Amino acid sequence: MNRLRAWFLAPTWTVVITLFLAPLAIILGYSFLTRGVYGGITSPSTLESYQRLIDPIYLAILWRSFWVAGASTALCLLLGFPLALFISRAGRHKNFYLGLVMLPFWTSFLVRTYAWMFMLRDTGLLNTFLQKFGLIHSPLPLLYNDGAVILGLVYGYLPFTVLPLYATLERLDRTLLEAAADLGAKPWAALMRVTIPLSAPGIRAGAILVFIPCLGAYLTPDLLGGGKSVMIGNLIQNQFTTARDWPFGSAVSLVLMAIVMVLLFAIARGDGEDLL
Amino acid sequence: MKPRGAGLAIYAAAAFLFLHLPLLILSIFSFNSSRFTVWEGFSLRWYAAALKDTQLTESAWNSLIIAVVATIISTVLGTLCAYGLWKRTSRPLAGSLYLSLVTPEIVTGISLLAFYQWIFRFLRVQLGMHTVILAHVSFSIAYVVIVVIARLRTVDATLEEAALDLGANEWQAFRYVTLPAILPGVVAAALLAFTVSFDDYVITSLVAGVDSETLPMVIYAIARRGVNPVVNAISALIVIGFGSLVLVSERLRTT
Repeated sequence: MNRLRAWFLAPTWTVVITLFLAPLAIILGYSFLTRGVYGGITSPSTLESYQRLIDPIYLAILWRSFWVAGASTALCLLLGFPLALFISRAGRHKNFYLGLVMLPFWTSFLVRTYAWMFMLRDTGLLNTFLQKFGLIHSPLPLLYNDGAVILGLVYGYLPFTVLPLYATLERLDRTLLEAAADLGAKPWAALMRVTIPLSAPGIRAGAILVFIPCLGAYLTPDLLGGGKSVMIGNLIQNQFTTARDWPFGSAVSLVLMAIVMVLLFAIARGDGEDLL
Repeated sequence: MKPRGAGLAIYAAAAFLFLHLPLLILSIFSFNSSRFTVWEGFSLRWYAAALKDTQLTESAWNSLIIAVVATIISTVLGTLCAYGLWKRTSRPLAGSLYLSLVTPEIVTGISLLAFYQWIFRFLRVQLGMHTVILAHVSFSIAYVVIVVIARLRTVDATLEEAALDLGANEWQAFRYVTLPAILPGVVAAALLAFTVSFDDYVITSLVAGVDSETLPMVIYAIARRGVNPVVNAISALIVIGFGSLVLVSERLRTT
């Protein structure tokens, strides 16, 4: 088999090397170069692009990205945990409920984001509804702020917390809960002191699986934040299009990649490696 | 135990509503005859308008071609790769695929753009359908490998040994024993690759040329200017189309 196996892996190796690793190597190279007069790239190799990141303007964008991604992750865990708990106790309907969680996830991310624009804008469904019933007189500014971005991200990535949480809750030894009850623990105490501590691997995996895509989000802040809520992803895109500062855009990309890698190492010992 | 169970069930119902209601409402309002968010009556006018819009139909056609070609390539390569990894894992390859899955799309997109521009210094080509297709193969292949490998784990490896003992060569053992057993998983993987390819905006918009505008790119351009009933109609079609694909894929993956 070993000879044939090499031939089976070779095409994918080729794709991975030429279309994923080589492009990353190129932006690594670009990040040490300088921006040319007409937006091209010239050769004096410097660390200038990395040093520019310390500028308060860019630090503020980094901070906002962390803040928005962190808030979205916390909300996903908070909303996802009871849902995962419900599904893990749902008996033979488990697969049906898991399907209900995953179904919107596999329908277009763009359409799901657009659906929230439809709901939240000034003449959108929520504002029209509230005004009709006289609860408000002028439309609430629901769209184009950090709150809308966080809502969009939570909506988009909630399944990423439900699945790993469900996986750990499913494997949880039920007799431990009986033991807690026998020893006089109320259901709430059993939840706080048995169920939640034992689902730590799922919480960790879910947190990182949501935090990573939220940190690098581009589409959601652009559509729901309306250009006001700029995050790292938008900064990178801007450097490669309007600003035409490829070395700086490359440097920001690599910093983002570095953060992602560090986070991944944090779950490498957990559930991460079961994936492949 | 009882009242707490009921509370949890009510919460779960609310959570499922949160997940499904926005798409449902959007789909319902795509049939609204009014341009505004007030229900005036059932109408198919926005669907008719969407079909008449040549920019939309042409970009939908581009998306379809790109998704079909990219899906065929990534499904074939990804299935072979999953089979090879199932025999004996390769940490560098599995790690690279995993990394490609979690790399922020914007980083994948700009690194591919930089790579293409660098290559173009030596070759006389430009951004176009081919660059989009290659980009889509690169990001969808990891999805295929994951789905197919999950299916392979349910296959009894000794069946292939039996085939080899009975005189089949390695290729025949794969072709006539293992491949038929994993075929539902392969089809499920292909449907997933198709959905991620058809839906992609971030990477595509960076590596597309003037002749290769895709449907998500057109929708995005309209959505940035605000809500438009024609987009509501297309969105409803996408939700229904993707929903059915996913249901078929789930069926196949679990049978």
